Amino acid sequence: MIEFYLDGRSGLSPYQQLVQQVRHALRLGLLAEGDQLPKVKDVVAGLAINPNTVLKAYRELEHDGLVAARPGVGTFVTATLAGGSLAALGPLRQDLRRWLSKARRAGLDEESIEALFMSTFRSASQEDIA
Amino acid sequence: MSAVRAEGLGRKYRRRWALSDCTLDIPAGHVTGLVGPNGAGKTTLLNLAAGMLPPTTGVIEVCGGVPGSGADQLAKVGYVAQDAPVYSGLTVDEHIELGARLNPAWDAGLARDRVHRVGLHGKQPAGKLSGGERAQLALTLGLAKRPELLLLDEPVAALDPLARREFLQDLMSAVAEHELSVVLSSHLVADLERVCDHLVVLVDSRVRVIGEVETLLSEHHRLTGPRRELGSLPGDQEVVAASHTDRQTTVIVRTTAPILDPTWTVGQLGLEDLVLAYLSKPVPNRPALEVLR
Repeated sequence: MIEFYLDGRSGLSPYQQLVQQVRHALRLGLLAEGDQLPKVKDVVAGLAINPNTVLKAYRELEHDGLVAARPGVGTFVTATLAGGSLAALGPLRQDLRRWLSKARRAGLDEESIEALFMSTFRSASQEDIA
Repeated sequence: MSAVRAEGLGRKYRRRWALSDCTLDIPAGHVTGLVGPNGAGKTTLLNLAAGMLPPTTGVIEVCGGVPGSGADQLAKVGYVAQDAPVYSGLTVDEHIELGARLNPAWDAGLARDRVHRVGLHGKQPAGKLSGGERAQLALTLGLAKRPELLLLDEPVAALDPLARREFLQDLMSAVAEHELSVVLSSHLVADLERVCDHLVVLVDSRVRVIGEVETLLSEHHRLTGPRRELGSLPGDQEVVAASHTDRQTTVIVRTTAPILDPTWTVGQLGLEDLVLAYLSKPVPNRPALEVLR
């Protein structure tokens, strides 16, 4: 079972944060097939959050085929996002480390590295959409 | 179905209009946040909806009936007024007893459980309760009458952060359990972002914006870029707020279409920024640009 939290500075709405936290947990293997998501009323009582927000997040996850609701029982994980990509993470991380030390050698500070990464990331994902 | 529907609604106190020509439609089955500057008419609107006041002009309909029209209508609506008023001479138990006698659909079990759970002592006079306890007692009375609609006027304004969180947790649990509609006014937009799925921004009795919070957030954008005239924006972008420096222009627009202009840096708005944008002075209407074909 995972526990949700809300981050006021994330820039994401509460509903997006819940969806993201489940996807994140699936990706990192914190949630596996068969695991139960927190009950709606527990999330509502814990976070002081609108029940419709939780339901909307769970519906979106269900629509994406990641979880399934069993009426009267709860919502359960039916798929995983980690899968084969888990094996690829190690080498990719190494590549990224190499790139980071290269950037530092070129004289970039942390802020510039982050800005460069985010702007490249954004423009690349925009190209993917277009 | 509407929880609250008003048309041309107005209320005058002696010579002053506290609310005038207010038209709005708040859907049932949601938690709706009512925000606006002081004096916008929020409390008057809630008083009218609860049937505490008759309107001077216009009509208001609450859960399909006229507020204050009879016992049936009173049973449908729970109201926790500003500062959670209670009878200071009565004990907590006496309040519960009073609630049971005055309300036909009174849920004694719910009242008992809640009083116990929030840690109120039955023999305590209500006048000795802290602000948080008083708010919890008032909410208990409002919920135990099992209304279709619960109206709350600034319910958490006087509470410390912990009591505020507990109050909202309880309110949300009750919404999940009993499927009631809630309309609450508050200045604390950060709280509203958690608990509300609908929002009404009221300025000078007028609805500046109304809608589902998620939809509103996805339709509003902050555009920053080199200084330019607002007239050059596409007609489908409604300008909510705008500011200029000698080099830069920042506008907040509402649109359902994607922002295609590459000179803009597009940012998302939080609920607080969105509300503030609507509370600031409205941008005068501009002639819409025709699309050239």
